[in-house]
Amino acid sequence: MDIKVLGPGCKNCVTLEANTKAAIDTLGLEADFEKVTDYAQIAKYGIMSTPGLVIDGKVVSFGKVLKTDAIIELIKRSEAK
Amino acid sequence: MIVFGWLNDQLLKMEWLYNAVLWLVESVFGLSMDGRVGGSLHFFIYDVIKIFILLSVLIFVISYIQSFFPPERTRRILGRYNGVSANILGALLGTITPFCSCSSIPLFIGFTSAGLPIGVTFSFLISSPLVDLASIILLASIFNWKIAIAYVVVGLVLAVLGGTVISKANMEKYVEPFVYGNVLTEAEQDELTVKDRIVIARGQVGEIIHRVWLYILIGVGIGAAIHNWIPEEFISAILGQDNWYSVLVATIIGVPMYADIFGTLPIAEALVLKGVGLGTALSFMMGVTALSLPSMIMLKKVVKTKLLALFFSVVTIGIIIIGYTFNAIGYLFV
Repeated sequence: MDIKVLGPGCKNCVTLEANTKAAIDTLGLEADFEKVTDYAQIAKYGIMSTPGLVIDGKVVSFGKVLKTDAIIELIKRSEAK
Repeated sequence: MIVFGWLNDQLLKMEWLYNAVLWLVESVFGLSMDGRVGGSLHFFIYDVIKIFILLSVLIFVISYIQSFFPPERTRRILGRYNGVSANILGALLGTITPFCSCSSIPLFIGFTSAGLPIGVTFSFLISSPLVDLASIILLASIFNWKIAIAYVVVGLVLAVLGGTVISKANMEKYVEPFVYGNVLTEAEQDELTVKDRIVIARGQVGEIIHRVWLYILIGVGIGAAIHNWIPEEFISAILGQDNWYSVLVATIIGVPMYADIFGTLPIAEALVLKGVGLGTALSFMMGVTALSLPSMIMLKKVVKTKLLALFFSVVTIGIIIIGYTFNAIGYLFV
């Protein structure tokens, strides 16, 4: 599984990054985690509000600071597909 | 009208708070309002409490309204209009779309990728920090409704004209190439419930207060110092009505400064109380909020120097013109 947090580095993005890492740890996932801070890279995903969360190349959330529980939910939903 | 006047005085101007702080300063601290310490202490306590109360209520209400206008929706609405009406709509939507300087770049890219003319995007970018619903109410509280409405109107006119000038200048080639041709995500986010919106609005109150409280304390502190400690002659010598260059000085001081409009208002309030022209105070406020070094550095990542310089000059010149205009017709508003 491939998980990315998109965010130039504002406070919200840092919080989402921490929550996402916590979610990965809780699930005991073998995941490639990456924080994307470059604007050109972020732009490619087409989001207009940061932070964004990308699972396996698909934007699953943007403009929200998700709690760890909500991220676990999204990861499970992506796994089921 | 009597009811409105009473509501205006008590809820907006908070006369009850003014009197409560007056009692605190005079009876509890035993200080005279005419003295420097008493006067500035009153200014500080009253303004800090008033701004925090108004701000919390306003951010909550506004965030609730804003949750209906995410940037994706704004982009769809703007895409349907052309020419100056698109600029006008961009400026208007700038006042209600949730926006902080840290999301200005993704927003710029998102708008431009969707094929919106950059002039429209700039109308949006100018009005967004300059005019928002909270600043209108605070202006009405600190000054009066006439000044608040005049501020909004000139702010929107500046955004529309600024964007139109940038449209006419054919600046598309000065945008970094990676901005164009990105995919548009209309990612499916769940429709928000009333409860979601309340949670968002409450979160915004916490987040914004956390971000601006220091600016407000510093702003009110400077305001209190101007109000009681700096001699009037000194202020009027630099920023007084008689000086033709007062607006220029206020703009030059304001532009590099970075603060929220909420921290800037008490400074403008104290300046006007000291006899500084309304236009001069407005130029200072607009300079601080519309242009700042951090936002310029961020914009530099997506546009080339030439476009950035045009944006900067158009807004600066606009602010200076607004300042002189208000100084000339300011007597209509006081």
